[in-house]
Formats: sequence, C-alpha cells, structure tokens
Amino acid sequence: MIRLEGIQRVFQVGEQAVHALADVDLSIGAGEYLSIMGPSGSGKSTLLNLIGLLDRPSAGVYRLDERDVTALSDEEQAQVRREKIGFVFQFFHLIPRLSAAANIELPLLLAGVPAAERKTRVSRLIEDYGLAERADHRPDQLSGGQRQRVAIARATVMQPAVILADEPTGNLDRATGQEVMSILEGLAAGGVTLILVTHDPDIGNRAKRKLRMVDGRVVSDQRT
Amino acid sequence: MKFTDVLLFASASLSGARMRTLLMVLAMAIGVAAVVVLTSLGEGARRYVVGQFSSIGTHLLIVFPGRTETTGNPGMLIGSTPRDLTLEDAVALTRSRAVLRIAPLTIGSALVSTHRRNRETPVLGSTSELLEIHHMELAQGHFLPPGDPRLATPVCVLGATLKKELFGTRSALGEWLRIGDRRFRVAGVLTAQGQSMGFDTNEIVIVPVASAQMLFNTPALRRILIEAKGRENIARAKRDALEILAQRHEGERDVTVVTQDAILETFDRILRALTLAVGGIAAISLAVAGILIMNVMLIAVSQRTQEIGLLKAIGAAPGQIRQLFFAEAALLSMVGAVAGLILGELGSYAIGVIYPVLPTTPPWWAVLAAFSTALVTGILFSVMPARRAARLDPVMALAGR
Repeated sequence: MIRLEGIQRVFQVGEQAVHALADVDLSIGAGEYLSIMGPSGSGKSTLLNLIGLLDRPSAGVYRLDERDVTALSDEEQAQVRREKIGFVFQFFHLIPRLSAAANIELPLLLAGVPAAERKTRVSRLIEDYGLAERADHRPDQLSGGQRQRVAIARATVMQPAVILADEPTGNLDRATGQEVMSILEGLAAGGVTLILVTHDPDIGNRAKRKLRMVDGRVVSDQRT
Repeated sequence: MKFTDVLLFASASLSGARMRTLLMVLAMAIGVAAVVVLTSLGEGARRYVVGQFSSIGTHLLIVFPGRTETTGNPGMLIGSTPRDLTLEDAVALTRSRAVLRIAPLTIGSALVSTHRRNRETPVLGSTSELLEIHHMELAQGHFLPPGDPRLATPVCVLGATLKKELFGTRSALGEWLRIGDRRFRVAGVLTAQGQSMGFDTNEIVIVPVASAQMLFNTPALRRILIEAKGRENIARAKRDALEILAQRHEGERDVTVVTQDAILETFDRILRALTLAVGGIAAISLAVAGILIMNVMLIAVSQRTQEIGLLKAIGAAPGQIRQLFFAEAALLSMVGAVAGLILGELGSYAIGVIYPVLPTTPPWWAVLAAFSTALVTGILFSVMPARRAARLDPVMALAGR
C-alpha cells in the first residue's frame, strides 16, 4: 500500500547540501507492523514525515494506495492525511487549552463530521482507552501515559489505514511505555499499518519487520 | 469544517489567552467608542444649531425690492430703477394660501425725544404681526395694535436699552415721546433680546408702518417678512410671492425672495461636514486598533507554531488554518466593536447629562460605519498573520521552530 521509489530528501544547510534520505526504495503492505531504527540523524524521522505527507521528497515517487501523492497540492495532501494517516508523537502534541475529549475530537472537527456523530465516536474511544474519568481534564492535568493515550485516540478517531508513531515511548517510563506499546500493537493486530520510529531496541525488536537506517539509507530490512 | 465549529475553536483559543484578548478588545472598543462619541457630539451640535434657528422662525421668507440675481437681461434698459414695495403689495401677499402671516417693514432713523433726553434711534415701521413673525417678546404693555395696517396710530414699542436710556427705571407705559416731528405714546417695552436680522432689537423703536411711512415721507417698504404655513409650504410661498408681486408690478419680476431655509441649509451642511471630519479623525484610532490586531495575531502565530503544526499533521488544510485565524480576528474585532458601541452610547449619554442642551444621540450611519470599519480592519489586518500560519512547514512547526 505504501511504495517509495528512489526517494531523496536533501536539506540545504548553509552552503552544504545534506542528504537526509538517499535513494530509499521501500514498499510496505497493508497491515504490516514495522519499526525503523537507527542512530540520530540517520533520516528515520524524515522518512516517517515523508510517509505521513508532512514533508515532500526532493526526488523520487511516493505512491499511497497506488496513487502518486507527491504531486498533490497542499489541500489534497491535507485531505489524505486526514483520512488515511494518524500520527503519534514523542511529545504528545495535545492542545493545552482543550480537554482530552476535545483533543480527540479535533480530526473529526477538521473533517466536518456532524456534532452528534463526533460525540458518539469520541465517547467510544474514551471508553476503550480507559479515559472516562479524565475526559474533561486538560492535558496538564493528565499523566504522561494518559496524554499518550489521548494522542493515540486522536490518531485513530478517523479510523486511518496507517498509524505513524515517532518515538511514542520516548517520553514515558518503562511501564507506561509498555502499556502504550500494547495499545499500538492492538491496533496493528486489528489490521492497521503501524510504522514505528524508535531508538530503543527493546521496543523496535517487537515489530514483525525491522528497518535499520544509517546516513539516509536503509541498511537492513529484517522480517520475523 | 463547519462554520460553527470554526467559531467555537476560535473563541476557545481567544479565551485561552485571556489577557491578550482583553487588551485587544479594549483597543478596538476605544476606537469604536471614539467614533461614536465624537460623531454624536458633532451631530448634537448640528441639531442644536438647527434647533436654535428654528426657534427664531424657520418658515420665514424675506422679500426685498430689486433683483439681485445675476441673470443677463439684454432687454432691460440701463438705469431703470426697481419699483418700490408698497403696503398694498404686502397686503396682497396674504392672498397666497401658503402664507400664514406677513409683516411689512420700513426702516429709518429719527431723533427720539422725551422732554428730558433725546437720541438718534433706528425706527422700525411694521404691523402687529411682527411680534409673532420675529419671535419678539414683550416685557411690559402691548405691541402695536392689530387691524388695518394703513392706520397711522400714534403708538410705539421701545427696545429694552432705549427704554432705559429715555426713561431710566421709571415706567414708560402710557408716556408720550416725540419721534421726528410726531408724537407717540409708549404702548409696550420689549425684553432684552440682542442682535437679530441685522439690527439690535434693544436699541430700536417700533411704530405702525403707516406712521413710519409718514415719518420718513415715503410709501416704500424696505422689506416684507412672510411666515409660511409650515416648512413644506416655504417653496410655494416663495413662488406665490413672486407671482403676486409680478402681477402687481406689470409682469416685472423685480423683487428678491430669500428663505431662511437656505441659510439654515448652509449651516446644516457645514456642521455635517464637520461631524464627518471629526468621525474620520476618530476612525484613525480604528486603523491603529487594526494594526494592533495584526501584531497580536502575529504573536499568536509564533506562540502557537506547534499547535499549527499539529493541526496540519492531523489533516488541517492551509485554507482551514487561515479560516481559524480569520475567525479569531473577526471575533476579536466584533467583540471589541460591540463593547465600543456600548461604551460610546454610554459616553454620549453622559455628555447628554452634562450638557442637556446638546441632543447627543449618535447618528445611525456613524454607528454602522464604526462597527463595519472595526470588523473590516480586524479581518484585513489578520490576512498576513493567517497566511503566515497557513504557510508554516508542518515538520518545522511541530518541532517548534
């Protein structure tokens, strides 16, 4: 479902051109559970951002569901993100003035889903993620694990085909990290394509398919 | 994204930054209030002046002998003098149905003397109607006797100052005095009133028009005052007066009719222009408020970079981001404008309490203009910040850079 061909991403840093991604060819099938590991600066986050349409490649073709999405306009890319992709970040990125429920509701709001339907979908997710007592709390009143659960609920509320997680446990203690991982893996088991970027080999090795990146290149691609 | 959701989201982000929102609303409110208060002051001044004019008789027309219009008339012989206005002309004017009452006027100067003092004084010859037409007030006694204007009754009415000079504090009523070579009996004394229509009513003596004509030995009237039946009849009264006098003057249109309305209109125009100018100056503060909104929105964009990045990541299109910031600016200026209107109305009311003679209701057009200017400037000045927000690179924005 995701196919990258000859993807390059070049950043201009002063006079120097830095190849964050150099000639990446990658194809990911629907429902795969995949981790991307590598040292910092190896280009794993850049790759994730490209897959999530937050960034555009300098060269190469990216097909999502057989459709070339690199050529789409900003508005069209936003629509693809809205409908097919869910993000989970290391720093949660919840909007501080909104309640947990309102944060989860945000993608539905942007998609123009009617208020009644929004409410049922959000309250179901709140139940599923055990946030019922925290629904009206603002992010600063939540623990790290609760915040990440809100963020995951937000990423899944549109029922996307792909979840992109960038160091989802990077800001959590080990126990909470395990808890978050099991939620994400539960999603993967349910048929969602899960792509995970991490430093942590313990986390990364849980995936069924493991990518290693160094200097903008994929150096190993293991399946178990 | 639904319109109400945009508004709700925008108002949530506004209430998230309470101090900033409050100050912004205040700036906008002061601008709007300034426009409302200043225009209502200007409008109040205009209405005050118009009101004052009305009280001295807005329905007044004045007939002068001779034509002052500068229309070329090659048929007219050089040196032909205008015909005099006569008492008969004046009486004939009452035939018009648009005319409520008339007062003929002769003006001259004569020596007025009691047995002790004498004085050179302007003498006004008129009829009993003058009192009403000219809104004069009597302090004592009666005005000229009503009836046939051709009767030269030997009575007179003194101006307040003249009375004091001739009689001091003694009562003047019923006393005899000489004007020129004739004797008159004092029938009444006017209250002190001041300058009006070119002469000081405190200094004059008024006698019946027939007496004045004898005194100055002329049948000519200096002018005829006409009071029309209401404002709407002024134009007709003018037409009728010209018509009647032309008939009586063998078809010659040799008089000039001036309406007081024309003078009033000029004042009206001047003061309206003044109000506009003052309102315009106040509107500058609205522009300043607009620039403040731009500044604040730019700060908001840089403060909320991560939030914008996140919105983009979860699928907000650039257009939606723009919309959200527009909505925020529009809400800010709308709340500011409403607060300003309330403030302005209160201010106008306060001025009305302090200066009760000034009718200080802000004109509707100024209220409308202030409100829409506030909205338009608010939205206009948020174009740049909103576009900046929409153009942010999502990856950079998420990293807070």
